[in-house]
Amino acid sequence: MLRLDNVTKRFGKNTAVQKASFVVDKPMMIGIIGRSGAGKSTLLRMLNRLTDASAGEITFEGLNVTSLRGAAKRNWQSQCAMIFQQFNLVSRMDVVSNVLHGTLNRRSTFSTMFNLYPDEDIRRAIDILARLGIAEHAPKRAEALSGGQQQRVAIARALMQDPKIILADEPIASLDPMNAQVVMDTLRRIQDEDGRLIIANLHTLDTARRYCDRVIGMRDGRIVFDGSPQQLTTGVARDIYGAGAEFSEAATSTSIETLETSREELLHEAEAAV
Amino acid sequence: MTQTPAISIHEDYLALVRRRRLYGGILLVVFVALMASGFNLADARNAGSFRNGFTQIFDFPADVIGEASGKLNQLPAHFLRFFPALVETINIAAVSTLIGASGAVVMSLFATRGLALWPRAIPLFRRVMDFTRAMPEIVVALVLIYVLGGGPVPAMIAIAFHTIGALGKLFSEVNENASLKPVEGVRSVGASWVQTMWLGILPQVLPNFLSYTLLRFEINIRASAILGFVGAGGIGYELKNAISWGQGKYDEAAAIFILLFLAIVFFDQMSSVLRNRLTQGGRS
Repeated sequence: MLRLDNVTKRFGKNTAVQKASFVVDKPMMIGIIGRSGAGKSTLLRMLNRLTDASAGEITFEGLNVTSLRGAAKRNWQSQCAMIFQQFNLVSRMDVVSNVLHGTLNRRSTFSTMFNLYPDEDIRRAIDILARLGIAEHAPKRAEALSGGQQQRVAIARALMQDPKIILADEPIASLDPMNAQVVMDTLRRIQDEDGRLIIANLHTLDTARRYCDRVIGMRDGRIVFDGSPQQLTTGVARDIYGAGAEFSEAATSTSIETLETSREELLHEAEAAV
Repeated sequence: MTQTPAISIHEDYLALVRRRRLYGGILLVVFVALMASGFNLADARNAGSFRNGFTQIFDFPADVIGEASGKLNQLPAHFLRFFPALVETINIAAVSTLIGASGAVVMSLFATRGLALWPRAIPLFRRVMDFTRAMPEIVVALVLIYVLGGGPVPAMIAIAFHTIGALGKLFSEVNENASLKPVEGVRSVGASWVQTMWLGILPQVLPNFLSYTLLRFEINIRASAILGFVGAGGIGYELKNAISWGQGKYDEAAAIFILLFLAIVFFDQMSSVLRNRLTQGGRS
C-alpha cells in the first residue's frame, strides 16, 4: 500500500535523507530507529508533505504523493495524520477544539473562524477522548494538561482525521516513562483495533522491540536495517547507532543524543536557511 | 476511564458550546449594528453623500497620473529639483528620532517598575509620556511655528516631543522583560544608579531599542513630510504647492510622490537589514 522509491532530501550541502526505499504491503506498526540527525524526522515530514522531497517518489495505494499540489496535497495530509514530539497543540484552546482541528480539511474557513463545528463531530471528538481515557478534561485548555495527556489529545486529533496512516515523530521523547508507556500502548491498541498503518520514530531500542511489527534502522540519512524486531540484535543496533563494542543495551537514548546534538543543530540551521 | 461518565460530558460540553455561540452571535449582532449606525451618522454629517462620492474617488489620482504621464520627459529634472527638499525632510526625521530616542531611554528607565530611581515617581513619568504621545505632532508644530517662525526647527522639536512618548512606552516594556540578575550583580559591588543602568540593563535591551528606533525613524520620515504642509519646510511644502488644484503642476506632485515612496522603501530595506544583523549578530 505504501512505497518509497529513492526518496532524498537535501538541505543545502547537507543530505538529510539519502535514497530511502521501502515497501509496506499491509497495515502494521513500523518503528524507525536511529540516532538524532539520522533523518528519521525528515522522512516522516516528507511522507506528510510538511517538507518536500528533493528527489524520489512516494506512492500510496497508487497515488503519487510527492507530486500533489494545493487542495490535493491538503487532502492527502488529512488522510496522513501526524503526531509530534512537542504535541503541537493550540495551547490556548480547549481540548475538544484541538481534537476538532482534525476535521479542518473538510471544514470551510468561515465555519472555522467562528468555531462552528457540527454537533455530531463534537460528540465524536468526546467519544475519541473517552476512548483514550481523557474525556473528563474536555473543556480544559490544552496547556492545563500534563505532557502525557497532551500527547493523547494529539492522538485524538489524529484519530479525528480518520486517517489511513498515522505518523508519530518521537511521540514519547518528551514524556516520563509512565506516560511514555501509556502513549505507546494507545498507539499499539489503535493499530490492533482499527487496523491503521502506524509509522513511529523511536529513540529507544526496547520500545521498538516491544511495540513494533517491523523495524527500520537509519544512519546518516540512509536506511541500514529493515526487518523484524527479532532480527534486531545488539550487533545490528551497534551498526545503526554507529557505536563501538562499548555500546550496551543499557545505554540510554539521552546519552547517545548528547553526543549527536551538534550534528543535529547543524542540520536544523541548514533547514532554516533553505 | 469508563464510557458512562462520557454521556454527561457530552451534554455539558455541548451546552458550553451553545452558550459560547450565543454570546458570540450577540456580540456579532451588536458589532454590525454599531458599524451600520455609525456609518449612517458619519455619512449624514458629510457634505456630500458617500454613495455618490464613492464612484468619483479615483478622479483625482487619474488627473495626477494623466497629467504626469503627458510630461514624462520632465520627471528626471523634477527629481533633481526636489531632492534637496527630500534630504531636508529626512534630516528633520533623523535629528528628531535621535533626540526623541535619547529622551525615551531616560524616561523609560524612570518609568519601569523595579528599575526606577524614584519608584514613587513612576506614575508621574508615565503620565508625562502619555501627554507627549497624546499631543499630535501637527498641533505642537503649529504652535511652535507661530512662536519661532517657519522652518525645520519647529518640526524637529514637534516630532522629537512625540517620539519621546511613543518610544518611551515601548522601551519601558522592553525594560520590564530584562533580567534583573545582572542588575543585582552590578549593584552588589556598590555601583551608582546610573552605573547600574548603564552596565546592568542597557547591554541587554539595546538591540531591541535600536530595532524600535529604526521603525520609529521610518514613521518620522512620513511625519516630517506631513509637517511640511503647515510650513515646516522640506518635501511636504513642495508637495503642498504642487498638488493644489488647477495649477497644472501634477507632474511635480507625481515626482514628489515617487521620491517619497523610494525613500521609504530605501529606509525600510536598510532598517530590516540592520535589525536582522543586530538580532542575529547578538546571538552568535
